[in-house]
Amino acid sequence: MFVYADNAATTCVSKTALDAMMPYLTDQYGNPSSLYALGQRAKEALDESRETIARYINADPKEIYFTSGGSEADNQAIVSAARMGARKGKKHIISTQFEHHAVLHTLSRLEKEGYEVTLLDPHSDGVIRLEDVENALRDDTCLVTIMFANNEIGTVQPIAEIGALCRERKVPFHTDAVQAAGHMPIDVKAMNIDMLSMSGHKFHAPKGVGILYAKRGIVLTNIIEGGAQERGKRAGTENVAGIVAMAAALKESCDHMEENTAKIIPMRDKLFAELSKIPHSKINGSLEHHVPGTVNMCFEGIEGESLLLMLDDQGICASSGSACTSGSLDPSHVLLSIGLPHEVAHGSLRLSIGEYNTMEQIDHIVEVVPKVVKYLRSISPVWDELEKGELKHLI
Amino acid sequence: MALYSDKVMDHFRNPRNLGKLDDADGIGEVGNAKCGDIMRMYIKVDDGIITDVKFNTFGCGSAIATSSMATELIKGKPVEEALELSNKAVVEALDGLPTHKIHCSVLAEEAVRAAVKDYYDKNGIAYDPEMFKESDDPHGESCEA
Repeated sequence: MFVYADNAATTCVSKTALDAMMPYLTDQYGNPSSLYALGQRAKEALDESRETIARYINADPKEIYFTSGGSEADNQAIVSAARMGARKGKKHIISTQFEHHAVLHTLSRLEKEGYEVTLLDPHSDGVIRLEDVENALRDDTCLVTIMFANNEIGTVQPIAEIGALCRERKVPFHTDAVQAAGHMPIDVKAMNIDMLSMSGHKFHAPKGVGILYAKRGIVLTNIIEGGAQERGKRAGTENVAGIVAMAAALKESCDHMEENTAKIIPMRDKLFAELSKIPHSKINGSLEHHVPGTVNMCFEGIEGESLLLMLDDQGICASSGSACTSGSLDPSHVLLSIGLPHEVAHGSLRLSIGEYNTMEQIDHIVEVVPKVVKYLRSISPVWDELEKGELKHLI
Repeated sequence: MALYSDKVMDHFRNPRNLGKLDDADGIGEVGNAKCGDIMRMYIKVDDGIITDVKFNTFGCGSAIATSSMATELIKGKPVEEALELSNKAVVEALDGLPTHKIHCSVLAEEAVRAAVKDYYDKNGIAYDPEMFKESDDPHGESCEA
């Protein structure tokens, strides 16, 4: 059985999105900047897509900028706020320890330029506290950037509360909503969000296309210079087909959000319930504040990459925050930020499910994972010692 | 190209000489849980020949595959020859490893050497301590036990 359970990494392109984009990959290949009818038809498609997307997050179409994806949107949002701040002598930024690297690495670059960055602790439950944001705010704070939902552990942050606080203190607020868009309701007005990043391929659009929402009054700094596309703020001929697909996919995801969530939650809960029966396992992140489809757990005494390879042999696509899968020597910064010891973080498994998954697939996962964990523990030189009490179990 | 060669995947899926030796003449353990890989190697030595070898590994796919391959390469060989086993030989026998996985092969080499050292120590066999000087930490600075 093939089970795609890595929807936080990417999703399949929906039929709706594919059908919507096909004309722009075939007959309607015009450049939206061209004045003849073929070009203008492409421009109309762009305009309509912009309107659709704006409607689903309660923004104005003029506040929507198309980008190559979530990373570019994060980069541009942060750099723009930093430049706006610098003009007023404000060079302090508040963010969190468990942001996506698109945010963290952009902040590191700004630190080298003389900005000061405060990274808030997500606590052991992976939820940022409003009072921590409040305590970190300073007169020279030029940006608060906090993710909507964490990509690894799926915890949802108190975005509306943080937004209200920032609005009151007149500090621009950006949120990386890549894991939330299409899966949870977003209202930039009600939530007082000034900038927001989204990525099409996380909600069944193709890869390579994303959105930066920037509230009127935010002065964007170009990351890509060139032509006058996107009101002069993002050069480059638009990815028309991708943008049309993204609008169709967002519409579809948002229109079916309730029924999708109702389908996903029982599957997710079964994963949590069944996999928690594995001895010396641990659920990561608060379940109270959680996106519907993400399950992140640690199994002591195993290493994540081995687990993923064996799951792949059983048809299951998943991910892990172990060092060996991160391509670095340390396990995931997200898992370390919620206080997991390295030894435990190496044994992490993320399953992220969506509306295309079925309960039969979940049954397959809960049948396979315990067996693989048991096998990997059996070939470990230290599991016996942990079981005999010669070494201390950490979870 | 896939992450791992077919040979690595074969040794990962079907590890050779997996397990423990209750009557081992030498046991070597390297790595640590914090870094995410531990290898323990058991050798049985008769007349200076490694007649049996087993291993247990906690770690990633290449950690399991390199320890498996290392046991194959030293089984039936004189102890001195096992000491000559280089991580490069393990990598070559596996048809290569991704660059960031080379340290697994270094661990496999070190596990063999640690088992031989233990055998020498237990049997009062004299050796030049220089032979077992610690090599550079394959994990680098960010992962220290």
